[in-house]
Amino acid sequence: MSSSTWEIITSALPQIITAAINYTIPLTLISFVLGLLLALITAMVRLSPLRGPFQIVRGLFWGYVWLFRSTPLLVQLFIVFFGLPNMGIQFSPWTAAIITFTLNVGAYSSETIRAAILSIPNGQWEAALTLGMTRRQVLFRIILPQAVRVSLPPLSNSFIGLVKDTSLASSITIVEMFTVGQQISARTYEPLLLYSLVALIYLVICTVLTILQGYLEKWTSRYVPTQH
Amino acid sequence: MLQLEHVNKIYGERHALNDINIAFPEHKTTVIVGPSGSGKSTLLRSLNLLERPESGLYHFDDLNVDFSKTVPEKEILQIRRQTGMVFQNFNLFPHLSVLRNVTEAPIHVLKQSPAAATSTAKGLLAQVGLAEKADQFPTALSGGQQQRVAIARALAMKPKYMFFDEPTSALDPELEAEVLRVLLKLAQEHNSMIVVTHNMEFARGVADQIIFLEDGEILYSGDPQTFFTEPTARIHDFLSAMNFMIK
Ligand SMILES: Nc1ncnc2c1ncn2[C@@H]1O[C@H](COP(=O)(O)OP(=O)(O)OP(=O)(O)O)[C@@H](O)[C@H]1O
Ligand SMILES: [Mg+2]
Repeated sequence: MSSSTWEIITSALPQIITAAINYTIPLTLISFVLGLLLALITAMVRLSPLRGPFQIVRGLFWGYVWLFRSTPLLVQLFIVFFGLPNMGIQFSPWTAAIITFTLNVGAYSSETIRAAILSIPNGQWEAALTLGMTRRQVLFRIILPQAVRVSLPPLSNSFIGLVKDTSLASSITIVEMFTVGQQISARTYEPLLLYSLVALIYLVICTVLTILQGYLEKWTSRYVPTQH
Repeated sequence: MLQLEHVNKIYGERHALNDINIAFPEHKTTVIVGPSGSGKSTLLRSLNLLERPESGLYHFDDLNVDFSKTVPEKEILQIRRQTGMVFQNFNLFPHLSVLRNVTEAPIHVLKQSPAAATSTAKGLLAQVGLAEKADQFPTALSGGQQQRVAIARALAMKPKYMFFDEPTSALDPELEAEVLRVLLKLAQEHNSMIVVTHNMEFARGVADQIIFLEDGEILYSGDPQTFFTEPTARIHDFLSAMNFMIK
């Protein structure tokens, strides 16, 4: 490796990592936590047996999931950041990014959570109901704790996907990892090196998450006999 | 006292319960028998409102439910808190230890203190011979042990009535015997019980009242002696078929 290459690496790496710490990681974490909350509410509304006016609410949530799963994330980002100001709604880049990522990951994860809840055998509901629990108690004490185990692998997919999708925030002026790489590569004429460095940091973050997922899966499956 | 009057339950074309009139006396064991698909489970599950019949009246002590109207959530909870149910497939909560399976409802439904619920649960587990399994997860237990935990879990709510829907049908004969011994003891202690079973020997030994169902209708209700010694032609056929299966 030539000494100039080494110099570029040692000066670029800290900048890319700083961008990861300041933008990529907080954007991912905040959006995912809010998205999960939204996903849980959406799944519960869509599974609720309530009738009457409540059916309109259920319809609205169905429409939300449909909309955000049927349009590209990049287009959603542009509409929220560049489009809504036309209607007098102006967000900072940060707010626009968090709103869009939250809504997007919430739509996908709500389907994961809904499927996980539905995968728990009906006998669990019945056993808990006959003990006098309310539907809410059954859901939170009996069904969701078991659904967590089922939904962990697909939710980890969404989480890891979101880490990488935050690179799209570069298109709405957020100087996250990818933008930093782009800027340095424009200065040094070393696109291969710079984009590889950026890829490397994504790889490291996602590897850590994959290992974490492994531990979580082990812990949430502690009551399941060894599987093959 | 539990009592049903003119209760009907229809699934599409199928009359699963056809004008059911029956009382289940307190401190007695009522055994429900009948061929597969005759409506035994539907009858039992109507008593804790897991199934909702289309019409008829249900009297639970002073509480009167009219199935043709919407039953208020409060009444449903009230009935379920006073009835325990044991299922064919145990339906233990797999993510909770054996002990927590038994304490969960007393703590969160009856609002007992964890300490009180735990000490009651330990007593009940000892009663069904499983004191040393308290800290295991249900999947580490045999079917017979799981079913005894399920019985302890239901008893922990101190229900007025206990319902059993073929509690031993998923078990091997030796495991069946260990569960039936627990049931027999409960019956001898004059608990109020309703048991659906295919085990005629057990039915004969434990029943104070016996009900024979076919096609959603009660063809016999009364004392077990007459049922087994002077059966009608239809009941005779049913009993011989059951005997053939056992031998
Ligand atoms: N959810 C349902 N939807 C449609 N039909 C049903 C449903 N549940 C029960 N049935 C029908 O109602 C009738 C009574 O069923 P039930 O389960 O009460 O019978 P059972 O006497 O308990 O039979 P088994 O001995 O096989 O358990 C059957 O014909 C069954 O097919
Ligand atoms: Mg049945």
